[in-house]
Amino acid sequence: MSGPGKDEIESGQIHSGEEKGPSLKSGDEVLQIIKKGAEFTQELLKENERLRYRLVQAEEENFSLKKRTVKGVSGDELSKLQNRLELLETEKRQILERFRQVEDENKNFANRYLEIENENNNLANLYIASYQLHSTLDFKEVLRIILEIIINLIGAEQFAVMMLDEKTHQLNAVASEGMAKEDIPPITLGTGVIGNVAKTGESYFKEDLSHRGTINPADPIVCIPMTIKERVIGVIVIYSLLQQKDKFTNLDYELFTLLAGHTATAVFSSKLYSESERKLSTIQGFIDLLTK
Amino acid sequence: MARFRILVVEDSPTMRQLITFTLKRLKDVEIVEASDGVDGLKKISAGKFDIIFTDINMPIMDGLKLVSLVKNDPANKDIPIVVITTEGGQEDRDRALALGANSYITKPIQATNLLATATQLLKIT
Repeated sequence: MSGPGKDEIESGQIHSGEEKGPSLKSGDEVLQIIKKGAEFTQELLKENERLRYRLVQAEEENFSLKKRTVKGVSGDELSKLQNRLELLETEKRQILERFRQVEDENKNFANRYLEIENENNNLANLYIASYQLHSTLDFKEVLRIILEIIINLIGAEQFAVMMLDEKTHQLNAVASEGMAKEDIPPITLGTGVIGNVAKTGESYFKEDLSHRGTINPADPIVCIPMTIKERVIGVIVIYSLLQQKDKFTNLDYELFTLLAGHTATAVFSSKLYSESERKLSTIQGFIDLLTK
Repeated sequence: MARFRILVVEDSPTMRQLITFTLKRLKDVEIVEASDGVDGLKKISAGKFDIIFTDINMPIMDGLKLVSLVKNDPANKDIPIVVITTEGGQEDRDRALALGANSYITKPIQATNLLATATQLLKIT
């Protein structure tokens, strides 16, 4: 593209052929300039059109390139990607399945932990009860410990410890809580619930534990024999439980079993010890008399 | 030196042993035992405690009196007190809480309950 330069137009150095006088020459020159300007404009328009066309081409090329890229991926690469995706999906399913398994295992462990925790607590209670029962050889102290265990570990409110008199075959209350010993009459071996427990050595548990109101000494809710091997030396009789205690737990039954055996040995050994102490002091008295 | 000092005030040796045995499962604790309210007060005046567990029915001085004295003492009023008793009625619970007790556990005690209460009041995480 070429046209008249601005300097040429301004200086009037553009000529249009023959010289025909100053005014005519100037008119031709102007016409020439206009013509050249028109040509120049035409050239600009053409150039513009060409550039527009080129732009459209470039856009088409760009679009085609983009399309080609997507089409390229949808071939082998797409299939590979699909396979990879399936593989990942499978892995994800497996991981989720494993996660669920681990979650279940965790729940099982948590439950097992609670069970062991309960067992541990129960064992602690049993250990302490047993430890306390055998911590003394004083008969009254043993009775006090039995009462403490029944109140604090079992949660009984009214109860008594009855010992079997082997001469009269009667059970007599030797300690009680929540009621007077005197309110519990002697019970003959084999008579009623308490007498039968003492005779058979089998524990008694009443189904309805909601014992409220007046206590019938012959109608306990629980009666546990105190046994040394097969021999019953007394019974623990429970008439009512604490307000907040409405049922027995597994620990309570374990404690009853422990009480049945350990209270008997504790009571028996403390009694033997008291007797031997008494005999010893009598003998010592005689020796002192003889030697003085 | 232990991180937490716990005072157990209980007249029954069986219960005292059980509470102590259970609380020893908490980490880094020192447990001091007292057999009644007066003994408890002596132990409190002799050293700092982070929590007190007390029975209600005790000879010489009961647990409610102990709660009242501790909570009215500016030096010790912030020590959390847990009342342990055979009394399960709402009135007893309200009475203990009105005197300033921070928590209330009824006998027969559950080890998990005792530990949870101690953990909460000692702010063990």
